[in-house]
Amino acid sequence: MKQNLIGALCAIVIMGGAFAQTPKKPVAKPAAQTAPAVEAKDAATIEFEKFRAEMEDSNPAELFEMKGEEQWKTKRGPKNVALAESCDLGLGIGKVQGAYVKMPRYFADADAVMDAERRIVWCMVEKQGFKFDDIAKKPFANANFTPDITNLVTYVASHSRNMKIAVPLKEPKVREAWEIGKEIAAYRAGPYDFSCNTCHGTDGKRIRMQNLPNLSTPAGAMKGVQGWPGYRMTGGVMLTHQWRMGDCFRQQRFPEPKYASDAVAYLLTYMIGNANGQVYKGPGIKR
Amino acid sequence: MKNNILPAAMATLLLIALPAAAEGDYRAKAIAVIKKDFQPRGQASIDRLAEDGLQAVCNRTGNKPPEGVGKAMEADQLANVKYPADGKLMGDWKAGEKLAQSGRGFTWSDKPGLPVGGNCYNCHQISPKETSFGTIGPSLYQFLKLRGTQPDIQKYVYSKIYNAKAYNLCSDMPRFGHISALGEKQIKDLVALLLDPESPANK
Repeated sequence: MKQNLIGALCAIVIMGGAFAQTPKKPVAKPAAQTAPAVEAKDAATIEFEKFRAEMEDSNPAELFEMKGEEQWKTKRGPKNVALAESCDLGLGIGKVQGAYVKMPRYFADADAVMDAERRIVWCMVEKQGFKFDDIAKKPFANANFTPDITNLVTYVASHSRNMKIAVPLKEPKVREAWEIGKEIAAYRAGPYDFSCNTCHGTDGKRIRMQNLPNLSTPAGAMKGVQGWPGYRMTGGVMLTHQWRMGDCFRQQRFPEPKYASDAVAYLLTYMIGNANGQVYKGPGIKR
Repeated sequence: MKNNILPAAMATLLLIALPAAAEGDYRAKAIAVIKKDFQPRGQASIDRLAEDGLQAVCNRTGNKPPEGVGKAMEADQLANVKYPADGKLMGDWKAGEKLAQSGRGFTWSDKPGLPVGGNCYNCHQISPKETSFGTIGPSLYQFLKLRGTQPDIQKYVYSKIYNAKAYNLCSDMPRFGHISALGEKQIKDLVALLLDPESPANK
C-alpha cells in the first residue's frame, strides 16, 4: 500500500511541471498569516508549493491518520485498554477534536507540560501498560518502519485541522515552560557555537536556498508548526514535530534530545505558543 | 599581554554573572533541563552541551556583551590564532571552492573525522556560479575588489576564518581553526578563494 503510494508520488513529482498548466484551484490562505517581508522563493519552492496545493485532496498523511484512528480505538497493550476509553488529551477522556492545537499544556496527572506526542506516549505507558523504553527505542519512522505513535499523533493532529492554535500560555506551568523553551532556543554551545536562534532568530535568512523562519515571531513560528506531523517526500516517511526538533539539534551539532522529554516539550511550547491564534491546517506534506 | 587580559575578563565575567543569576532562573533552569534531557549519539558527545567562556558570555548577554568585555575577549581570541609557519597565507582557490561547498561534519549522522566541510555557501554568497547560497553571513562576492586594498588583508581573512570571534565576539560564524575543524591547508585554500584574482569570487 505504502509502496504504491510512494510510486504514485514519485510519478507526480516527475510530472510536477504539468501543474503549472492545470487550472489553479483557489487555495485558502491562513487568515492570520501576515505577509512576511520580501522572501525570495526559488523555482523549486514555488513548484513544490503548487504540488502541495494539488495534493491537499489526497494527502498521503491520511493513510497514517486512518491507521492511527484504528489504533486509538482498539484495545491494546498489556492492560488491553483503548486510548479512546482511557486517554485524556486535555479535553476529557477520549476526546480528540481540537486537542492537538491546545497542546502543549500542563497535565496534572503527569505533573508535566506535554506536547501531543509526549502525552500520547504517556497514555500508552500509564493506561495501556506499554514500556516507555520500548517506545523510545525507535520513536520515529524510517523507510521500512512507522511506529504506532506516529500514526496516533497524526490521527490526533488531523482532528485539529483548520483550527486555531491555542496553547494555554496563561497557565503558570505552561508559561514557565515557554520561558525555559525560549532560553533553550537561545543557548549556544557545541563545536560551532550554534543555538536554535543562530538560524531561527532573525527574519529573512536562508541556509543555501532554504528559508529559515524566525521562530520568535508569530508568522515565523507558524511556519515551524504548519505541516507537522508531515509526510516527507524525501524518503517517503511520516514524521512528527518531535522528530523535527531532534533534526534541528542534529544540524546544530548537539547531542540528541531524549524522546518525549521536558527539553523538547518546552521548546515546542515556545514555538507553538508563539504561533497562537493562527490556523493549523492539519498533517501535511514536507519536502 | 594575554595574561593581563584573561584575569580582567574573568573578573568582569563574575560581575555580570551576579545580576543574571538573581534576575530569573529561566536560563539556569534551561541549562538544567538541557543537561538532563540530552543523550550522546554518534560523535555528538554530551560534553558538547557545556558552554565555554565565550559561549557563556554571549549566552548570558543575549549576544551583546558589554563593550569592555567584548573587546578584551576578542583580543584574547585573536592572540590565540596560529598562523602558518611558512608565512604563506594563500593556498589553492580550487580546493577552497570545493571545501566551501561542503556542509558535512560534526553532526551525529556524519562520519567522525577531520577536516570537515567549510560550510561557506550555507551562509555566504561567494562564486556567482553557485546560485544556491545562504544569507546568514554577508555576500563575499567580489571580495578582492571590495576589501583587497586593506593592509594585511590576507592575515585578516586567515584569522577571521580561523576564529571569527576574534573580530566579533558573538558572531554567528564558527571558529573553524580554533576548534581544529579546519587545518592550516584548508584555511589557506579558503583565503585563496576570497583573495586570489583568478578565483571565481573575484570574476
